[in-house]
Amino acid sequence: MANVYMDHASATPVRKEVVEAMLPYFHEHFANPSTVYDMGSKIKQVMDEQRENVAGLIGAKAEEIIFTSSGAEANNLAVKGVSLARQKKGRHIIISAIEHHSVLNSARFLERLDFEVTFLPVDEYGLVDPERLSHVISPETILVSIMHANNEIGTIEPISELSSVCREKGVFLHTDAVATVGKIPVDVNELDVDLLSLSGLSIGAPKGIGALYFRDNLRLMPVIHGGIQESGRRAGTENVPAIVGLGKAAELAARELTETARHVKELRDTLVTGIQKKIPQVKYTGHPERRLPGHASFCIEALEGESLLFMLTREGIYVNTGSACASKALKTSPVLVAIGTPPDLAQGSIVFTLEKSNTAKDVEYVLEKLPHAVEKLRALSPIWKKKVSN
Amino acid sequence: MKFVENQLSDATLDLVCRMCPLHLIEPGDKLKCLKKGQVLEVLTDYDGALEDIPAWCEKCGQEFIGLEEDDDCYKLYIKKK
Repeated sequence: MANVYMDHASATPVRKEVVEAMLPYFHEHFANPSTVYDMGSKIKQVMDEQRENVAGLIGAKAEEIIFTSSGAEANNLAVKGVSLARQKKGRHIIISAIEHHSVLNSARFLERLDFEVTFLPVDEYGLVDPERLSHVISPETILVSIMHANNEIGTIEPISELSSVCREKGVFLHTDAVATVGKIPVDVNELDVDLLSLSGLSIGAPKGIGALYFRDNLRLMPVIHGGIQESGRRAGTENVPAIVGLGKAAELAARELTETARHVKELRDTLVTGIQKKIPQVKYTGHPERRLPGHASFCIEALEGESLLFMLTREGIYVNTGSACASKALKTSPVLVAIGTPPDLAQGSIVFTLEKSNTAKDVEYVLEKLPHAVEKLRALSPIWKKKVSN
Repeated sequence: MKFVENQLSDATLDLVCRMCPLHLIEPGDKLKCLKKGQVLEVLTDYDGALEDIPAWCEKCGQEFIGLEEDDDCYKLYIKKK
């Protein structure tokens, strides 16, 4: 049976070069980087080289990178860390209505500590309006967190414009760039952000590793307390093999980004055109142009995304209905609700995220199997029957 | 404890929100970059540093000038000897 994996936003396979780079750090070079003897200090040096690689991918300086256990931890550290460190200056933060749960739930946690949180609405494409942001910033505002691109609808936010607003008002801006780093060019200076989160699992590094960029030594209250690893900002003995993996994946991503983006965009465009041609009553969600190159998301009328996902799985096609973290909840996606999708249509959500390893044959296979699966499900749907009889 | 006001400094080390015992490690590294007689300002929100840093200066042969309290942190001044 075919095996067509198009859920790279959930996880990417760890690249062979990355595994090879990591292997010596399990057995041969296993020492704790905090130790003062040479076995440890050599590892510390290797970690600093990886920090350079990660920084290089996003135009940052090595000392502005903190390694974390995931993109989610990086988001927690950014949102909670800045808010708690700056609470004497103000207790208001702003996030968009379509943030990842690690930003959303960090903000909700801060609400319990009597911070005020504004959830900024987005337009029908998922875009945050800079003017609207400007209106909700108050003298009490200390942090704005807006994702670089949304993993469910692929829309890329106008971060540079949003950062101009924040800069003018003297407020820090954090962006969750888990969906964009390694997929499109990301430069912290061009975006002019103060903090940026990234994750290994979306760029061919292992799960369990991420990083937070923070500008110019800005103050961050640690989320994990303990030793003085990561310059006293994030405790816990470093996951050296994973850090080496992230560094290698960052190096490869920097080298291959342009070609990979061109390849996946071409495949994505064929997929989108094909789906729109072959399946009636589908809504392409997210922004039509301002979106991630390998990302296609739809709401298909009169069916449930989960049922479609299972039918496709039987054909060896792996996709998602939304974000990997939220899809099990069987709840209408808050992202789709935020862009104004009617709840019944939002049930039919399906998301394709393509990578370098995908081929034109994969797309052809999906375009062959998907319309049949939709047809079968709609044949069982009373909503669909009612619709066609009208 | 000796208090100072409007003390000038040649370099600042911001350790606010950063974990103990970093206040006993980073001043030494930072002082290496300064010349004799220059002053390092250490910002910290850790109460323990008020005892630790003067003691560290004595042990390491540096001069502890004094302390100033700010809105959100302490400022400790060390002169390189």
